[in-house]
Amino acid sequence: MDLYAEEIVSHYEHPHNKGKPRDANTNYHEYNPLCGDDITIYLKIEGGIVKSASFDGTGCAISVGSASMLTDLLKGKKVGDVEKMGPKDIIGMLGIDPGPTRLKCATLSLKATQKAIFVYEKKDASSVSKDL
Amino acid sequence: MAAIDVEKVKNDFPIFDIKVGGKPLVYLDSAATSQKPRKVINAISKYYKRYNANIHRGVYKIAEQATEEYIKSKKKVAKLVNADSGENLVYTRNTTESINMVSYTWAEQNVGSGDHILVTDMEHHSNIVPWQMLAKRKGAILDYISLNNEHSELDEESIETQLAKNPKLLAITHCSNVLGTIVDVKSITRKAHQTGAKVLVDGAQSVPHMPVDIADIGCDFLAFSGHKMLGPTGIGVLYAKHDILEESQPFLGGGDMIKTVERQDFTPNDVPWKFEAGTPNIEGGIALGVAVDYLRKIGMGSIREHEKMLTRYALEKLSGIDKVNLFGLPVERIESRGGVVPFAINGIHPHDVATIFDSEGIAIRAGHHCAMPLVVEILKEPALSRISFYLYNNERDVDAAVAAINKAKSIFKIQ
Repeated sequence: MDLYAEEIVSHYEHPHNKGKPRDANTNYHEYNPLCGDDITIYLKIEGGIVKSASFDGTGCAISVGSASMLTDLLKGKKVGDVEKMGPKDIIGMLGIDPGPTRLKCATLSLKATQKAIFVYEKKDASSVSKDL
Repeated sequence: MAAIDVEKVKNDFPIFDIKVGGKPLVYLDSAATSQKPRKVINAISKYYKRYNANIHRGVYKIAEQATEEYIKSKKKVAKLVNADSGENLVYTRNTTESINMVSYTWAEQNVGSGDHILVTDMEHHSNIVPWQMLAKRKGAILDYISLNNEHSELDEESIETQLAKNPKLLAITHCSNVLGTIVDVKSITRKAHQTGAKVLVDGAQSVPHMPVDIADIGCDFLAFSGHKMLGPTGIGVLYAKHDILEESQPFLGGGDMIKTVERQDFTPNDVPWKFEAGTPNIEGGIALGVAVDYLRKIGMGSIREHEKMLTRYALEKLSGIDKVNLFGLPVERIESRGGVVPFAINGIHPHDVATIFDSEGIAIRAGHHCAMPLVVEILKEPALSRISFYLYNNERDVDAAVAAINKAKSIFKIQ
């Protein structure tokens, strides 16, 4: 078990898609009281497709690394597919199960992403999967 | 004072037989909760196997035995903290409930609109939030004694300034669960009493780790938890001066806390039973007594000396590591420092540090330690990592922690 594999540490140290973009048309801020992780996800959605994704904020390596990897992964995905993503997809993306406590850090950016989509679609943000 | 034979002590704690990810457990989180010796674990099952019965009421043998063991436990606890008798001890669930009990009984009757309640910037949430709630109920004012410039101990001037406001109550920690700073509660109690304040001491981090003498401190209330002193969870203690217990209204109403009940009224039971409504945590109380036996056999003075030695060793080792920041009083002030070592590694989030420790079988705490005003507002850290000691730790555990810090630094490529 090696949660802190080269890849996640590298994403933490040199995060991809970091910063607040000008062209985003929706965003959502999430906070994880366990680690004090503070992540905002910005999305540009066009024709049901995530055209661009970025994030801003601070946190532990798991939350920041996951946000960096997730925003890479989101680009070009169908919104409907993103809405269906769950903890298993994040574990698949990381290549390791961080365990029940730290999974909250890992899924924080997905939770923010799905809420950002719901805000864009004017759906109830509380309908995000309770597993996240 | 005899040195503690840690290998012998460890053998008394079944949990140290386990492996975490194939590695022996190194437990450095006793400020959160302590591990339990076999005798305490056995006392719980013995109660259920041999004399399970409700206390106070039964006239049959096993009920008498259960009642006797429960009351005996209070006498043992009273002796440990030098309370004049077990009659001044109320069993609660934990320190938090003990403090809340004071806020809903004595304080409910004696704190009014515009009155001041005084706490400090070193308090655990359990000694902040009940007073915020009381202040809201009563329109009272909550004041804080601030820390010195080093953020390591209470500021002497602030103590004077805040006490000059004549607070009704000073609620103060004996030992900070974040910094490990030991407060001179005896001297501050004397000062507070001169202004007419009652004094509540939060002993959650002191009673398990050092000799605590209520008569010497002179405080009006002392709250502490069983689970941090080798006892089970769900049993805590509130000591209060006898006249305060006599004059205070009951907290929860129900069985056991009454002498008689009529259709419209009731007569409360004698102290301390009027504060223990309903069937209490009988096995928890009995097992706490056994935990106290264990602690007294080792000796509280010996435990304190042992933790001082470990804290000194840890502070010296950790201060030699680059990019590691230590908080609290310096090693020269070890006399005022409990077995708590908070630290941060520049460039690594404390939760990542704790997870890397876990991969080595080492349990430490990371977070705001239920003291957000101190950690977030004053120390300005999102979280801290914390090592804390007890009688079953030794220098090898510190060495393991040092190795884990170096592992974390190497993963994050921090030189």
